Amino acid sequence: MAGFLLQQLVNALTIGAIYALIALGYTMVYGVLRLINFAHSELFMLGAHISYFLLAVAAANAGGAALTLVLLLVFAATFVVVGLIGVGIEAAAYRPLRGASRLAPMLSALGVSIVLQNAVMLFVSRRPLPFPAFLPQLSFELGGAIVTAKQLFIVGFSALLMVGLTRFVNATSFGVRIRAVSENLQTAQLLGININVPISLIFFIGAGLGAVAGIFYSSYYGIAVFSMGFIVGLKAFTAAILGGIGSIPGAMLGGFALGLLETFGTGLLPIVSAGSIGTEYRDIFSFSVLVVVLLFRPSGLLGETVTEEGMVYKRDF
Amino acid sequence: MTSDRSALNGAAASPALDRLGRARAIALPLVALAAAVIAVLNAPTYYVRVVDMVLIYVLLGTGLNMVVGYAGLLDLGFVAFYAIGAYSYAILASGQFDIHLHFALVLVIGGALAGLAGVLLGIPVLRLRGDYLAIVTLGFGEIVRLLLNNLDWLTNGPQGISRIDEPRILGFALAEPQDFFWLLLPLVAIAFTLVWRLECSILGLGWAAIREDQDAARGIGINTTFAKLLAFGLSATLGGVAGVVFAAFQRFVDPVSFSFWESLTVVLIIVIGGLGNLVGVAVGAAALIVLPELLRDYAEYRMLLYGAGLVAVILMRPRGLIDRRYNPAWVMRLLGWR
Repeated sequence: MAGFLLQQLVNALTIGAIYALIALGYTMVYGVLRLINFAHSELFMLGAHISYFLLAVAAANAGGAALTLVLLLVFAATFVVVGLIGVGIEAAAYRPLRGASRLAPMLSALGVSIVLQNAVMLFVSRRPLPFPAFLPQLSFELGGAIVTAKQLFIVGFSALLMVGLTRFVNATSFGVRIRAVSENLQTAQLLGININVPISLIFFIGAGLGAVAGIFYSSYYGIAVFSMGFIVGLKAFTAAILGGIGSIPGAMLGGFALGLLETFGTGLLPIVSAGSIGTEYRDIFSFSVLVVVLLFRPSGLLGETVTEEGMVYKRDF
Repeated sequence: MTSDRSALNGAAASPALDRLGRARAIALPLVALAAAVIAVLNAPTYYVRVVDMVLIYVLLGTGLNMVVGYAGLLDLGFVAFYAIGAYSYAILASGQFDIHLHFALVLVIGGALAGLAGVLLGIPVLRLRGDYLAIVTLGFGEIVRLLLNNLDWLTNGPQGISRIDEPRILGFALAEPQDFFWLLLPLVAIAFTLVWRLECSILGLGWAAIREDQDAARGIGINTTFAKLLAFGLSATLGGVAGVVFAAFQRFVDPVSFSFWESLTVVLIIVIGGLGNLVGVAVGAAALIVLPELLRDYAEYRMLLYGAGLVAVILMRPRGLIDRRYNPAWVMRLLGWR
């Protein structure tokens, strides 16, 4: 039993780390622009596909010790390329709409999402691509649970990225500007901050992290497919809300919390309901969590407490 | 006195002109209707099918517009009510349980069930505002779709329900898209009239007040919770009615038809048309349903172009294609009804 629980814990942490990385992109963009960036899930998908090709090139040209270095280069290149795509999308599709109603950029994001998904479907593949296993197929036994190198790598690397992001946001001048614009766009502008710089930066980092999550996800499940973004994106968004949308530590916590809830909740469903409800109810469970959290604690785990007045943005839509 | 009033209103001064105006007011819609009849009777089935789909989406848009356009509450799970309507007909008029209720009866049942679901969803969630409401409704929409997918004993799961009964109305079986056109046209006309009257009513004004400033609306004595619940319930009812017609039209339903994209399509329709404007709903539905059909020639590039077109339209006209000024009142003035 302890082994089973430990196993589930490891699985939950792995998927939770992936959710957390994607959730960061949603939460940072929402924190500044109050925009549900529907295109973010496609950037996650793009990350998986771009790295697929980079990995193929890398595997053909490197081996042995050099491979580790090349792998890191693949991660960096995917981060940068998808990050720049994210910046480009913001500049082309969201920036012109900054003064318009809040619905307009959301729907523009939707259009971008359709374009990206179909572009990948047309120019890459309709069918799921078998994602190369770039990590050694090692596994360890730990108190009855089997931990693979893949899982260790995903959790470790994600943790590293999150620590890096936290340091960046808390201790650099760019980070200060990011926090300033997410606190209050207008005031930041009045204080002489060129708000386009931190906003672009947010899109760069958010998209890049999403892309890395894409690599993790595809290597974990062994496939990359053009339609993989939607449901994972929706869950990551759930995670961002669970943690408190707009809050960076909240997104991290929310990702892991959703991972845990999903893994354990789904594991318990058949036991609690005596087998009548099976694991196919996993997604229903996740969305029910979302609804319940929003009803009872709309500010999420770490978000600022939302008073009724605080929720008012006059003329929302 | 009479001449005074007509001068004030700027109405036609001479009785002859007035009579001409009245003749025009009756003749124009009749001509338009006759043209539509001739066109539909002669058009290939494929075109009529597209027109039917446009009309179904006009119904959906009219429903969602009440919540999003009038009351200013973003609902991203509207497809749930559409699905409830569609599955009502699929379950109550097919071989699934060997129940074969009359179409008109299911139209009422489906609408009522969807409206009930709207109110039941509305009671807990309407104290949330803005994006929080949007996300809860999104979650609800997904939950309904996943339930349809998983409750095999009721909905037959991912395979969906096929061989749904052909609806019969007054002894006529509705089988061809042409037949459905004659069902949908009056339905849309009734929905438009009712919703337009609601928009002009005190309730509609209350919705507008809530949309502009909820606290001020409460301050002047509007029962905001009740008004919002009504908006939710009525819009869900229309969604359910559209769902029943859709199920009868396709004679097949499966969970794939009720994905999150469907909710978004309806939101797109009302935003692209022009939020809070019934004329905009009609134009938006026509644009968003016909555009992908026109792009059929480009086969696989279709959705790519569609997405790019969406972004372009929103960038160029973020407030929608149709200005608020061109509302149904404007159409009526154009026809000389006012």
